[in-house]
Amino acid sequence: MAAVSLQGLEKVYPNGFKAVHGVDLEVRDGEFMVFVGPSGCAKSTLLRMVAGLESISGGELRIGGRRVNELPAKQRGIAMVFQNYALYPHMKVWDNLAFGLKLSGMAKDEIAQRVREAARLLEMEALLDRYPKQLSGGQAQRVAVGRAIVKKPGVFLFDEPLSNLDAKLRASMRVRLTELHRALRDSGQSSTVIYVTHDQVEAMTMGERICVLKEGTIQQVDVPTTLYERPANAFVGGFIGSPEMNQHVVEATAGALRWGDAVLPLPDAIAAALSRQTAVQVRLGLRPEHLALQPGAATVPLQGRLRFIEHMGADVYVHVDIGALPFTARVASDLAGDAVRAARGDTLALHVAPGAVHLFDAASGVALRA
Amino acid sequence: MSDPTTSVSYAQAPHELRAARIAAALRYVALTAVGLVMLYPIIWLVGASFKSNAEIFTEVGFWPSGFDFSAYVRGWKTSSEYTFATYFLNSFLITIPRIVVTVISCVLVAYAFARFEFWGKKLLFAIMVATVMLPHIILRIPQYLMFKELGWLDGYLPLIVPSAFATDTFFVFMLVQFLRGIPREMEEAAQIDGCNALQMLVYIIVPLLKPAIVSVVVFQFIWTMNDFMGPLIYLSSVEKYPVSLALKMTLGATEEVEWASAIAISVVALLPSVAVFFAAQKYFVEGAASSGIKG
Repeated sequence: MAAVSLQGLEKVYPNGFKAVHGVDLEVRDGEFMVFVGPSGCAKSTLLRMVAGLESISGGELRIGGRRVNELPAKQRGIAMVFQNYALYPHMKVWDNLAFGLKLSGMAKDEIAQRVREAARLLEMEALLDRYPKQLSGGQAQRVAVGRAIVKKPGVFLFDEPLSNLDAKLRASMRVRLTELHRALRDSGQSSTVIYVTHDQVEAMTMGERICVLKEGTIQQVDVPTTLYERPANAFVGGFIGSPEMNQHVVEATAGALRWGDAVLPLPDAIAAALSRQTAVQVRLGLRPEHLALQPGAATVPLQGRLRFIEHMGADVYVHVDIGALPFTARVASDLAGDAVRAARGDTLALHVAPGAVHLFDAASGVALRA
Repeated sequence: MSDPTTSVSYAQAPHELRAARIAAALRYVALTAVGLVMLYPIIWLVGASFKSNAEIFTEVGFWPSGFDFSAYVRGWKTSSEYTFATYFLNSFLITIPRIVVTVISCVLVAYAFARFEFWGKKLLFAIMVATVMLPHIILRIPQYLMFKELGWLDGYLPLIVPSAFATDTFFVFMLVQFLRGIPREMEEAAQIDGCNALQMLVYIIVPLLKPAIVSVVVFQFIWTMNDFMGPLIYLSSVEKYPVSLALKMTLGATEEVEWASAIAISVVALLPSVAVFFAAQKYFVEGAASSGIKG
């Protein structure tokens, strides 16, 4: 059992700066939880508080049901993988893996067995006799993960472990880490993971649940699909998804959204909910893939003026002005048709299903739902 | 060769290569010349150790007329009742313990300054750095009086014990600077692996500090071997003299100075320092290049 429970966790630095504002979160046993957010959102601080590398100013932290606020890192039953690997340069890979176990006074046979097991799991038996400087970035990262695995910790903490790798290696390590987590869980080992990243692709692909943070407060915690489809606020809507969700403050009157010469009628349920609001201004959120070049069932056409087109391979990003506000549409290359040959300034019809529209409070950014 | 740009670059290549070679040759000539000027006194010293008194003062060149090792033999025996073996042993009796206590004390103090937060840290560090600029000579009298009270005069303790309190602040400063270059994450990893502060120092910091510690050892070795003032003030018995004092003695023992012997023994006195320097040289170069951190 290694559930992690954060209750009203706070971090105030000696200079008075409050980095973490009362975070409440339950990470279930065996769960792969991702902390994601822009830089400065305190996601790493929060992780380091769980690790015991930062003191806790307020609230309570429990790991496996035990209060660990005051416990030093080594007694918390955690292992951590750092962004810069942080391997000991003067020790061979074998000793890097064995160091923590030796300190804990484990028997030599047991250490050897664990190191070999971890090396096999990470396919790095051939590297055990090398020094860190003789490893490539990907290999060093695997050693860093191995150093965590040998300890058989209750909780694995990852602090942006892939951000120093090139794009290709990052993609393959992502798959490897996800598989490793599932394999550990299936083998009955404790395998709770808290994974910090600023990369929303990593968050969406690896996380079983994602915790989106901003300025030291939780914005939303949920499974990736819910986060994507039902963002709790404009920040989450904008942060998750690439290209970014189109967001603009527009006017909502008479059951439709209006800006410039564009009119987007709203589904009745949303319109009814909106009519209870006093403000007429709302923040419209529209995912790029919900702007289509072909009409579909129950879509509404909007006239747009083409700015430019980006070819991404399978997809084409069409940048248009609709009612004088910039929008990005993502369409499959084979459905782009004549649009790819259109010139700057040409008029294009973009089709939107009103049901796909996200609405947020213009001031607070909180999602408005029917 | 139809492509004009290709033909131009082919034509340019040998020309540029030649220019680069000439520049390199000039560089080496200049460096060798300056190097010779710097080294000439030592070359002359070695040459002069084989010369007679008359030859030393009449010949300008360094090459002796013959290789006569008798000056070394005479110099080694000295005019006193002890040979230089005694004086070398004395030098090592001072130098080696002093190096040991210097390394231990300076590493501990540097570790505290670089990694721990404590009250008055900034002020203490400023004071420590300020003492680097303090001329040692102004401490001589109060120190002498203190060691006299302790009854340590005519012994090696006054030369060794102060170093056990990290008074060689230059070394502390150097180690602190080096420590600041070691990424914190490595220590955090060690902390999670279960190291306490002392284990961290022994297993992680000291191995990483090795190049800096080697520098401390080399500098302290050379400086202590060469120290003249300290032994001169505190030691009065000839049998306790280190090499630096014994060398001076060879100049003043008789009316007529045996320059060849004095020079020969100076050459011998140089050897330990030179040997230590070359033995440790690779660590100076190695430096922090072996860091396991990327980013």
